[in-house]
Amino acid sequence: MDLIRVKNVNKQYKNGVTAIYDLSINIKKGSFVFVIGGSGSGKSTFIKMLYREEKPTSGEIIVGGINVAKLRNSKVYKLRRKLGIVFQDYRLLPKLTVYENVAFTMESIGATKAETRKKTLKALELVGLKGKIHNYPDQLSGGEQQRVAIARAIVNEPRILLCDEPTGNLDPDRSMEIVKVLEEINKTCGTTIIMATHDKEIVNTMQKEIILLKDGRLIKHLEKGGYEE
Amino acid sequence: MKLFRMLRRSIRDAFKSVFRNFSLSLASISCITITLIIVAISIMVTFNVQEFTSEMEKDLTIVVFLDQDTTEEEINDIRNSLENMTNVESITYQNKDAIKEDMSKESDVFEEVMSTWSEEDNPLKDTFQVKVKDVEKISNTAKKIERLDNVSTVKYGEGMVDNLISAFEAAKNISYGMVIALVLVTVFLIINTIKLTIFSRKREISIMRLVGASNFTIKTPFIIEGMILGLLGSIIPILIVCFGYIALYNHSNGYLYSRMISLIEPEPFIYMVSGIVVVIGIIVGMIGSASAVRKYLKI
Repeated sequence: MDLIRVKNVNKQYKNGVTAIYDLSINIKKGSFVFVIGGSGSGKSTFIKMLYREEKPTSGEIIVGGINVAKLRNSKVYKLRRKLGIVFQDYRLLPKLTVYENVAFTMESIGATKAETRKKTLKALELVGLKGKIHNYPDQLSGGEQQRVAIARAIVNEPRILLCDEPTGNLDPDRSMEIVKVLEEINKTCGTTIIMATHDKEIVNTMQKEIILLKDGRLIKHLEKGGYEE
Repeated sequence: MKLFRMLRRSIRDAFKSVFRNFSLSLASISCITITLIIVAISIMVTFNVQEFTSEMEKDLTIVVFLDQDTTEEEINDIRNSLENMTNVESITYQNKDAIKEDMSKESDVFEEVMSTWSEEDNPLKDTFQVKVKDVEKISNTAKKIERLDNVSTVKYGEGMVDNLISAFEAAKNISYGMVIALVLVTVFLIINTIKLTIFSRKREISIMRLVGASNFTIKTPFIIEGMILGLLGSIIPILIVCFGYIALYNHSNGYLYSRMISLIEPEPFIYMVSGIVVVIGIIVGMIGSASAVRKYLKI
């Protein structure tokens, strides 16, 4: 059974730009997928449709048993609780400490204090930031902030981790560190990871499943591969 | 249990964000404070206008003058028919001798003139003083009384009273209208101020949505925060209501301009006004943040 099923999806924005043409992809549980392509290839739109920031114009998207296209606005949180999302610009809450930022996810789904504490510390340990839990985001480097964002995304043990260009703002060394953290999560927790990127070096080094998009169309879907064959 | 936990967390978060965003909170609080001061003052004016107009209306009396030769029996008949009128609150009878005595007490001139009158040639008339239930119908009642037998004239200060009554009605309606308008303006102002402060946290709300917080979870702390802001904003207006009104009352000995306009006793009046101000503050703060945050829950 595939965790994510995308069938004949088209996406046209209100301004008339078509971002995705007739896309059909299945992604298996536990896989580590790179979504690659140049700017404007539709990879960001693809990720956004998976967590329903954007709705497909036509077609069907099923994520973990939820029909995303038909999901009502007030029920979106049910989908988001099955997902962890990491962004290029981190999107941490500036007024909360590292610990509070990560605990925030647990609290908003109504976890007990003890459970929140346990899982928050576990997630922060996994990304290697246990020593900085009382710092505020602006006291951290970019790479550290992104690791906080990853900790926040995985703290409630989601089945899927969506990453939209998580290394876009980082230098190559830090980027590699982030991807290593993601690989670690993929191996130890069995979390399915979908990562949009245009960083050729990472993709070529990791040799994972790749989805190559170009101008909104699926060009390649390989079980294992680099940026260019 | 889970709901209780969420509620406790919402209250904690609300307090946290009031203090962490203190400059923004201060903006909302001062806006609420200023508008609530105006609302409080207009509420106090309204209650006082209401109070003194109804006090003055109570003092209005119809004076019924009887014919000179009315017998004891006929007086009783008139008393009965007056008592049976629907709009009559109470009646008092005064015979001409009692009136003569009252009047001679009032001034020396009267006393000198009246001392020559014997009981038989007293030109004054026996009277009934009639208080009415509904002042607005006073002229109808007066006309009805005039039609009774043995009634010579009926006086209630016609032209003046009619004008006064319609002036009172107008004053009351205007002050009610002002309070309602001011409350609406307050709501509008506070909603907009809170909207501005929440706008700066648009990002925060969208992140909450992204990590899987339900709309209820996101809304509740903001609503509680609005209530806290409303509560904090009503402190200064309440102090002004309490101390200001007591000072005014003591300074003027309870009367404004003349003995005709009396002020309401400060206790328990100021507690009631304070209560109204707090409730308006809290409800308006709540409505303000609820309507402001709703806009950002559609991302």
